[in-house]
Amino acid sequence: MVGTAMTRLFAMLPFLLLAGCDGIQTPLSPAGDQASALHQLLMLMTIVCGVVYGVVLVGIGWSLWRGHNHTTAFGDTPGDDRRLSRGLWTAAAAIVIGLTVLVVGSFIADRALFATRGKNAMEVRVTGHQWWWRIEYRDSTTGRLIETANELHLPLGRTTRLTLGSADVIHSFWVPNVSGKIDMIPGRRNTLDLTPRHLGWFRGQCSEFCGAQHAHMAFDVKVESPAAFDVWLATQTRPAPPPLDAVAARGQAVFAGPCAACHVVRGTDASGRAGPDLTHLASRHSIAAGTLPMTRGGLQGWIAQPQALKPGTSMPAVSLAPADADAVAHYLETLR
Amino acid sequence: MTRDQDRLDRLDATWRDAPGLWGFLTTVDHKRIAARYIVTALLLMFLAGMLALDMRLQLSVPENTRMSPQLFNESFSLHGSTMLFLVSVPAMEAMAFWLVPLMLGARNMAFPRLGAFSYWLYLGGVLTLWIAHAMDITPDLGWFEYPPLSGPSYSPGHRADIWAQMITFTEVAALAASVNVAATILKMRPPGMTLARMPVFLWAMLIASIMTILSMPSIMLVTSMLIADRLVSTHFFSPAGGGDVLLFQHLFWFFGHPEVYIIFIPATGFISSIVETFSKRPIFGHSALVMSLMSIGALAFGLWVHHMFAVGLPQLGNGFYTAASMAIAVPAGLQIFCWIGTMWAGRPWLATPMLWVLGFVATFVVGGLSGVMTASAALDLQLTDTYFVVAHLHYVLIGGGIFPLFGAFCYWYPKATGRLMSERWGQIAFALIVGGFNLGFFPMHLLGLMGMPRRVYTYPAGMGWETLNQVATAGSAIAVLGGLVFVANALISYWRGAPSGPDPWGGSTLEWASASPAPSWNVAYTPVVDSLTPMWNDGRPLRAMDGIAIERREVLVTSVTDATPLYRQLSASPSIWPLIASLAVAAMFLGSIFTPWAVAIGAVPIGAALIGWFWPTRPRASTGPLRARS
Repeated sequence: MVGTAMTRLFAMLPFLLLAGCDGIQTPLSPAGDQASALHQLLMLMTIVCGVVYGVVLVGIGWSLWRGHNHTTAFGDTPGDDRRLSRGLWTAAAAIVIGLTVLVVGSFIADRALFATRGKNAMEVRVTGHQWWWRIEYRDSTTGRLIETANELHLPLGRTTRLTLGSADVIHSFWVPNVSGKIDMIPGRRNTLDLTPRHLGWFRGQCSEFCGAQHAHMAFDVKVESPAAFDVWLATQTRPAPPPLDAVAARGQAVFAGPCAACHVVRGTDASGRAGPDLTHLASRHSIAAGTLPMTRGGLQGWIAQPQALKPGTSMPAVSLAPADADAVAHYLETLR
Repeated sequence: MTRDQDRLDRLDATWRDAPGLWGFLTTVDHKRIAARYIVTALLLMFLAGMLALDMRLQLSVPENTRMSPQLFNESFSLHGSTMLFLVSVPAMEAMAFWLVPLMLGARNMAFPRLGAFSYWLYLGGVLTLWIAHAMDITPDLGWFEYPPLSGPSYSPGHRADIWAQMITFTEVAALAASVNVAATILKMRPPGMTLARMPVFLWAMLIASIMTILSMPSIMLVTSMLIADRLVSTHFFSPAGGGDVLLFQHLFWFFGHPEVYIIFIPATGFISSIVETFSKRPIFGHSALVMSLMSIGALAFGLWVHHMFAVGLPQLGNGFYTAASMAIAVPAGLQIFCWIGTMWAGRPWLATPMLWVLGFVATFVVGGLSGVMTASAALDLQLTDTYFVVAHLHYVLIGGGIFPLFGAFCYWYPKATGRLMSERWGQIAFALIVGGFNLGFFPMHLLGLMGMPRRVYTYPAGMGWETLNQVATAGSAIAVLGGLVFVANALISYWRGAPSGPDPWGGSTLEWASASPAPSWNVAYTPVVDSLTPMWNDGRPLRAMDGIAIERREVLVTSVTDATPLYRQLSASPSIWPLIASLAVAAMFLGSIFTPWAVAIGAVPIGAALIGWFWPTRPRASTGPLRARS
């Protein structure tokens, strides 16, 4: 028994080491103000709870050892009850003090999460769909909404305010390196402030069960310098570039058939709203909500076999001639 | 107690069931009903364990296509619904059914036929869920089925209805069982067993029963509202029609949180009994333990919102529910102190039941501490819906509910069967289960902190989750193996175990006064109690009283606080009506999946069955006055 407990104690060690590990989807390597506050709270909690667990194990060990050495039939030595009563009150006091520390720590972290509320911030709308993310930025010059999907760009050191909703069922928005999660609830609107402090790519994932493909509802987050962000946003506001070669033109023509019913490519006739906006698809890191890499192979596979790669997705398997499918993939690759 | 053979024969003639199938269908013997509950729950635990193993195999490698998303989602839904609604809670009720009358020295429960009705209705819930599974209409939306995902727009077909009606079955059964247990404990205690002399076990069962009575209506209400949304197009949970999806979550968790304690509090009763007997010392801090149970029971109703920290609450709510949730650690910590203190002052004997107590403390405390972490509204935003919570809930429910249940099973097995389980195989099963469990579930804390969400049927390679997932799979396989050893030990000991005699452990409470296995009438005479540990009266024999009829089924009713004898009550005899009534209720519940008219039409056979059930046939009691037995 004590053996398994010791094993578990040792199992705690890698967790403490992990704190320095560099993951793209983990609260353990915070890359933003909100995640840092939560990370500190996590460390405080882990230490306090680890100490408490140690005390309990020592208590069990002591009582077994003491009981083992008892010689009287009923085991009681005079004064035990008095010592135990004192111990009970001490334990109660210790627990209350420990909890007070943790509650105060929790309040402080909670305040940190709300610290940017009321200040100006760039607003971004994120809407959950089964099983992808519609993301809308505001064009600061025209005031129009610029739509993209499954990829969030954030300027370093500035606060971005997300307005979160859902088009169908409940989802939950979670980029652990930047902040904690918040649910996206149909009929309600939630707000989440993000203040990233490290450059780089991170990964977010839906964390409220939302149906068959809950597992394949991820997205990429890029934290970039404010200058690079402005360039990116300016690119996103532009319509899609016209096809530059014959194959791409053929791809566009094929796309205008079955694909355009559900997808928007700004600057063309494709204006379906059911699926993600593909105007700058090729500039993204991945496709199908983090399911496949944004490569020629990924596109071809997704066009040919969406139901095999992500069973249940709303994207139907469209039967295209191989040459047509290749042309569409080539065309999509030009949408930078 | 005198073994007056003539008296025992007459008691046997009064209390025995009819032989054969008719006796099986009509029995109101609380021990037989409890045994059915336990066997059904263990069978379901095995099935749910197989589902878990299947899911663990799926998750042991990334991008696995072994299971389709549909199959995986059905598996975790079935696993969770089965374990929460059909195993954990009913298993605790079963232990109450079995032990409460024995521990009170009573001959049966307060409402014997209601006990039979509870089981039949519970079995209806079991069959509803698992026959539907065999017919491929398995619920696939988790054990919580949040709308709008479970609403008519996103879940056509009848999978969600099956889940909702399974809940109605089991909750009506649980309500009936709880009323029965609470009434038995409050009104059928033996003379002298005042509230202050009630063992912690009985307190635990009483508090859990009251909690069930207060919390179950909430889930029945919410599943009925869901069925109404799906069947007759009400709009409780459709935002477009003015409904609110969060209403479902509030009502669900107003039940769902107390549910955890409805499982845990009976387990504290088992632990208290085992610790007392195997420390060979009256339990330390009886009043502290009882008050801890009461405050856990009260607090449990004030912190359901901590399951909903991510829905976007006002800050004030966050603060309140954080503090309330953490406050649970005070009574829970004091209980742990009292148990360890009892061992410290006593002379602990490490027989298998006691090993389970140690396994419980070492495991449950981890779950309690991770619970303190998730209780923080802020930190929970990083933890909820990740594998951290999967680890937490299994540490709490398996460590805090199932380990004590296994310990209780080993402890009271001789009382139920008259035989001892093998100690050696008991130790092997214990080591495999506790070791495998910790190997399987501890890594899940780390997986959660490494960003792995719950309820995903697969995950991409390169996230760094592979190794820990494989360790988790290996651990759960070891635990399942241990479970098989445990069951094999129980089965083999049933025929081959050494005879145990009435009291193999030197137990402290009244159930050890009756023979093993306990006869259908439980005790020949009503015991009279003058301490918390009536079997440990410094060698004095247990006092008893007479005056309860033996020619008819009669039980003694006493007052609520002081347990002074009030009157003798005729105890209901075996009857087929509970079975017929539950069939009628089942027909109504199942029919209402398909048409709202079932509620109206189905009420007619239910009414008929209840009239048959309550048809007055019993004469008034006419035995002589109550008297002390010299």
